[in-house]
Amino acid sequence: MTLTEAPPKVPARQPVRPPKKRLRHALTVAVFLLPSAVPLLLFTLIPMAGSLWTSLHEWDLITPMKWVGLDNYAGLLAGEETRAAFGHTLYFIAGYLPLVYAGGLGLAMLLNRAMKGRDIFRAIYFLPVVTSWVVVALLWKWLLNPASGIVNWAIGLVGLEGPGWWTDPDWAMPSIILASAWKDLGFVMIILLAGLQAIPKEYLEAARVDGANAWQRFRRVTLPLLSPSTFFVVVISLINGFQVFDQVHVMTGGGPAGATQVVVEQVYNLTFKYGRAGEASALSWLLFAVVLVVTLIQVRGQRRWVNYG
Amino acid sequence: MAKAGKYVVVVLGALVMLFPFAWAVITSLTPAGAVLQTPPDFTPDDAGFGAYERLLETMPFWRIMFNSLWIAVASTVFQLVTSSMAAYAFARLPFPGRGALFAVYLATLMVPLQVLVVPLFIEMRTFNLTDTYFAVLAPTIASAFGVFLLRQAVQQVPKEFDEAAVLDGAGHFRIFALVVLPLIRPALATFAIFGFMASWNSYLWPLVIIRSPEFMTLPLGLANLHGQFTTEWNVVMAGSVVSVVPILVLYLFAQKHVIASVAQSGLK
Repeated sequence: MTLTEAPPKVPARQPVRPPKKRLRHALTVAVFLLPSAVPLLLFTLIPMAGSLWTSLHEWDLITPMKWVGLDNYAGLLAGEETRAAFGHTLYFIAGYLPLVYAGGLGLAMLLNRAMKGRDIFRAIYFLPVVTSWVVVALLWKWLLNPASGIVNWAIGLVGLEGPGWWTDPDWAMPSIILASAWKDLGFVMIILLAGLQAIPKEYLEAARVDGANAWQRFRRVTLPLLSPSTFFVVVISLINGFQVFDQVHVMTGGGPAGATQVVVEQVYNLTFKYGRAGEASALSWLLFAVVLVVTLIQVRGQRRWVNYG
Repeated sequence: MAKAGKYVVVVLGALVMLFPFAWAVITSLTPAGAVLQTPPDFTPDDAGFGAYERLLETMPFWRIMFNSLWIAVASTVFQLVTSSMAAYAFARLPFPGRGALFAVYLATLMVPLQVLVVPLFIEMRTFNLTDTYFAVLAPTIASAFGVFLLRQAVQQVPKEFDEAAVLDGAGHFRIFALVVLPLIRPALATFAIFGFMASWNSYLWPLVIIRSPEFMTLPLGLANLHGQFTTEWNVVMAGSVVSVVPILVLYLFAQKHVIASVAQSGLK
């Protein structure tokens, strides 16, 4: 999704119309716009304002709100819970992003050249992308079941003892990372495959003629020319990574012992478990601010490494 | 030699992608007593549909499936209509403040659902709308992303086409319906696929707003099922298998188009 395009410029001079025609034109515009403008106002803009307003209050969703100004934000910024939640989220991203990028790139490179059944393989790799997070989380929770899961049974076959996966605080996050990478691998592959196919064959051929070996061609030609696709994957994956929720909520609910309490899980629990809606709203805005800053830094920084040819 | 090695890697990878689905099917056919045994004790002779029967006994599964289906279709249709109309207005109808309004639309695109969930819940509660179909559907009636995507498509329709229609005496509604819409069909199809998938898979909002099983959608129903039957994995897998089927059928039909759309617009 590219948001770089500037909004359309209003023409300097509106066409002059007689009053009756002007009214008709205004009506036409209203009829075209209201079906989207009213829902956006009711279900996005007003809740946005509501969320900001709530974040300045102490509120348990039942008794009247109590104004606390910026205390919620101050409390969150100083709090141990917040640091832990962002820490867990970063842990997720640090595991998920390299895994899904390296895997996706490897697959894209393999499928980039003509091979028998390429379309079938591409469709198979993409299958988990269209499956819902809840189903993916359930499939993997069962595969990684410590006592009766098939994965630990397979590990047992080679004489080792499998870990407790999502029941063990040390292994719960890796379990979530594994399931998430499995789901999104096909998505990253498709994006990178499109990028690879846009690289002119002549460049690689020229490098080969100049005596570059396979690794040098990959490192010096393919990777730099693929950088716009890489940039896109990194930006989208970071945004999604910071907002990770579904698979966490189904696989661990933030546990065990809070080991996978990511930011959105925290927002959910603060609101619906602990009745601390003000803090929850403040936390959701902190998350939004972090995502915005991280994304802006990347857009700014892309000049240094993204090659738009 | 290198080529054969490549093939082996690709096939192994495909098996890794398919195995969890296959294992879900196998588990769902395993009788209750054998599910938790290690090593897995499964012989085709024991296979049965007991887990599926139990699934249908314990939750209104068909109703939940039907909910997911019609909500996804309704949300897609709403988004197609509202977004294409707004896209036409932003691309073709000059009016004062158009640029500013479009910027507001774009701004709503950046606010994640997590920020909106609490106040949306309060809003619905205030109007006594929690636990209704309307509440699930409401936030998906309009899509700023759709407006953005379709506006670009409308802009690519040559203006001469509209002008020819104007000469024939057509007004904006006829130009929109008879000239522009047919010409932006590929963009509409792309957007429809994303809209359907997003609704079909959405979990956080239904989780917040729905309590009664009769209004649940599949992701919520499945997560609930898992909460109730923590050890009956054959039932949970049966539910997962059945819930994957419709999207799988759709995917098989539209596979090439889905993949092309993702590659092109980079969304899922």
